[in-house]
Amino acid sequence: MATTATTGAARPLAALARRHRPPWLLATTSGLVVAFTLSPLGLVIAQAAQAGWGQVWPVIDRGFVATLLWNSLRLALVVTAFCAVIGTGAAWLTERTALPGRRAWAVALLVPIVLPDFVLAWTWSSVFPAVHGYLGAVLVMTLHLYPLVYLPMAGAFRAADPGQEEAARSLGLSKWQAWLRVSVRQARPTLLGGCLLVSLALLGYYGGFEDLRYQTFTTAIFGELQTQFAPAVASSLSLVLVAVSALVLFGEAAFRERGRSQRTGPGAQRAQRLLPLGKARGPALAGAGAVVLAALGFPVATLAYWMVAGGSAGLPAAVPLASAALYSALYSALGAAVATALALPVALLATRHPKRWSVALERSTFVAQAVPGVVVALALVYLASHYLSFAYQSPELLVAAYAAMFFPLGLVALRPSVARASVRLEEVGRSLGCGPLAVRLRVTLPLLAPGLAAAFCFVFLSAATELTATLLLVPTGVQTLATQFWAYAEQGASFGAAAPYGAIMVLMSAVPAYLLARWYDRGQARAALVGGAG
Amino acid sequence: MLAPVVVAAAALSGCGAGGTRGQAPITLYNGQHPQLTQALVKAFEAQTGIPVKVRSDDGIVLADEILQEGPRSPADAYLTENSPELMLLSQHHLLARLPASVMGQVPRRYSSPTANWVGVALRVDALAYNPSRVARRSLPAHLLQLGQPAWRGKVAIAPTDSDFVPLVGAVIARYGQATARRWLEGLKANAALYPDDESVVAAVNRGTEAVGLVNQYYWYRLRLDLGPAATHSRLWYFPGRDIGGIENISGAAVLASSHHRAEAQRFVAFLVSAAAQHILAASDDFEYPARPGVAPNPALPPLAALRPAVLSVVRLGDDLPAASLLQQVGLT
Repeated sequence: MATTATTGAARPLAALARRHRPPWLLATTSGLVVAFTLSPLGLVIAQAAQAGWGQVWPVIDRGFVATLLWNSLRLALVVTAFCAVIGTGAAWLTERTALPGRRAWAVALLVPIVLPDFVLAWTWSSVFPAVHGYLGAVLVMTLHLYPLVYLPMAGAFRAADPGQEEAARSLGLSKWQAWLRVSVRQARPTLLGGCLLVSLALLGYYGGFEDLRYQTFTTAIFGELQTQFAPAVASSLSLVLVAVSALVLFGEAAFRERGRSQRTGPGAQRAQRLLPLGKARGPALAGAGAVVLAALGFPVATLAYWMVAGGSAGLPAAVPLASAALYSALYSALGAAVATALALPVALLATRHPKRWSVALERSTFVAQAVPGVVVALALVYLASHYLSFAYQSPELLVAAYAAMFFPLGLVALRPSVARASVRLEEVGRSLGCGPLAVRLRVTLPLLAPGLAAAFCFVFLSAATELTATLLLVPTGVQTLATQFWAYAEQGASFGAAAPYGAIMVLMSAVPAYLLARWYDRGQARAALVGGAG
Repeated sequence: MLAPVVVAAAALSGCGAGGTRGQAPITLYNGQHPQLTQALVKAFEAQTGIPVKVRSDDGIVLADEILQEGPRSPADAYLTENSPELMLLSQHHLLARLPASVMGQVPRRYSSPTANWVGVALRVDALAYNPSRVARRSLPAHLLQLGQPAWRGKVAIAPTDSDFVPLVGAVIARYGQATARRWLEGLKANAALYPDDESVVAAVNRGTEAVGLVNQYYWYRLRLDLGPAATHSRLWYFPGRDIGGIENISGAAVLASSHHRAEAQRFVAFLVSAAAQHILAASDDFEYPARPGVAPNPALPPLAALRPAVLSVVRLGDDLPAASLLQQVGLT
């Protein structure tokens, strides 16, 4: 009797466990994908070992590296803080207050994301040479990176349930206390996620810092490359950078709040009531206006000005604009397609089979984001020139670099949609008589589509404005918009020659940025919040 | 897998590497200014029908690539701005020997003593200065003076520009390691650091910096771009053949690993031919042609009048001691 009862109870449990065990194919694919995205890091270590630690260590262990470390840390700290304040403030103004022209501001505050760091820095420093060094870097990088906080925070504020603040007030909290302890606290994981993106992205930039004459690890790596005849030693400098980024990641994980907010009742939530600004209206408008002017208006006007006024008579175009634009679009689109395809299995594994190891697998890919583009490129050059000579200087290698570098962005954008495409909906489809393939096509795919599109847009946007890896990996005879802009911008006074390449680059990335803005606007943000908090 | 798409893209953009002409293209690794190289390549293609694929980057970065690629290098020819990287590749036996017919086109001291590369163009190191910041009579007679405390806060340098490394190499060759180190340490204390010579000369012109160490041609290009009215800076050539006025040699070579050695050699021979040297002289590049009898751009004073410091390419060496010193001092 007793035995039967035990087996009876165990049978469904075993079935349940079986269903929740990740399919080996998905797990293996995800493992391979993560190994691929982390391979540049492994190659850097392998290269350094081959060059000999005796050669590498003296380069790392010197006062100059301490300067670089100090430069990176003080910049990351201050820029992240400013981005947190500006991003959160801007999101709150556009989502929760009756700011006049709120919807237009919401777009205008997001658009600066399409300006690459080196274009923004170049426009500022070409007009105001005083914008340089630490303060110049704080200004330019804050203007460049605050959208990374603004975008997720806007989503978080919009998705927050007004009922919860009301409940808090009914329990005796003041309006401000309720805002701080409910809305802000709920948005905290989102804010930390945005800050994480800001500090990791910042550490990897090169072109902007070169324009602003601020020494960081990436400018030092390029300096080594241009003087030292020892690429392995140059890229070993990035090991310090990776160590710093790993600390940032651990720091963020430690700060992450364990608790989750829950809504009871499945019904639709009521729309937010917008806070009237009253006397604060003027300052609020001025603040938003100043940010948009400095981050978008000024650089775009400068590009336009140099295009009209800055003739560089002595400089015929080395590469036609159309060709550079075409190659930029082609490589970025392929990179985006590959990165999105790679992100899908990892996102499926992490959301449908959230085990300790699968989540760790997913999070480990963020380490890849900390490896600067130049180092990814050097690793791939090393790999191809030694072991895969057929791929050396090939477009495939550049596309692979984009995929490895921007995979984490694709993953972040894809995850909310994967979370929505739950297994239960698939089961409903099956119960209604659809075959497995029909379920995939008619249920899963439509649910995933917006996420796939968002991931593609995110990666495309980043790849089209990528500079450092492209400089080293671009196939012989080809220039992209970014490399050609840089070639002219480096030639000191050739503002007029550089400007059209910058302008087309901005226009090209404006398309996916617009699509992304639309995507967030259509309420995907709610899902994004869940994804960000989870 | 991308090949068809890329070919289509190249056809669309009209910049395919001449695949339609039936002749196999040669690949040039180019450390020279892309616009000058483009003009030279165009003329060569028109003259010979041999298409040239160009990979442009910093001369030292390209030398790194050739070292790493070894015998599998896709490059057939290499054109760069300074002799030390050519000397280095030559020591690694990566460069083919050039025939006497090519070597004989330019004076022997501008080329490899082992006939592994040939000199194409010359430049001179100089000091750009802003007369509103510093009077001409206060300018230094010797390069080494810029390391003294009197120049604190007045100098601009670009230590990671590949033109700076040979200058350090020249100081080591003439005065020895210890003096060069003291000079660099002084310079580190005195100087504002810029990413390249172009930004150094622009900063001096604005008056942000009083003086800046550059190759002379950057100043001429700045003046061309800004016009004489907006040019507030001048050039100062170190007198008495001081090492600060070192002559820099841009050279070209054929790679030993090239599968198109004859075509690559034709290209290098073309670079020192009268036709190419006249293109160089007529361009806005402001370098001195290495070939005797070809007058430089009329804006330039005659090279001999500048009385540049002359150091044999062998004594100037291969950049490695200079690079290592820069690293020890913490300028790179």
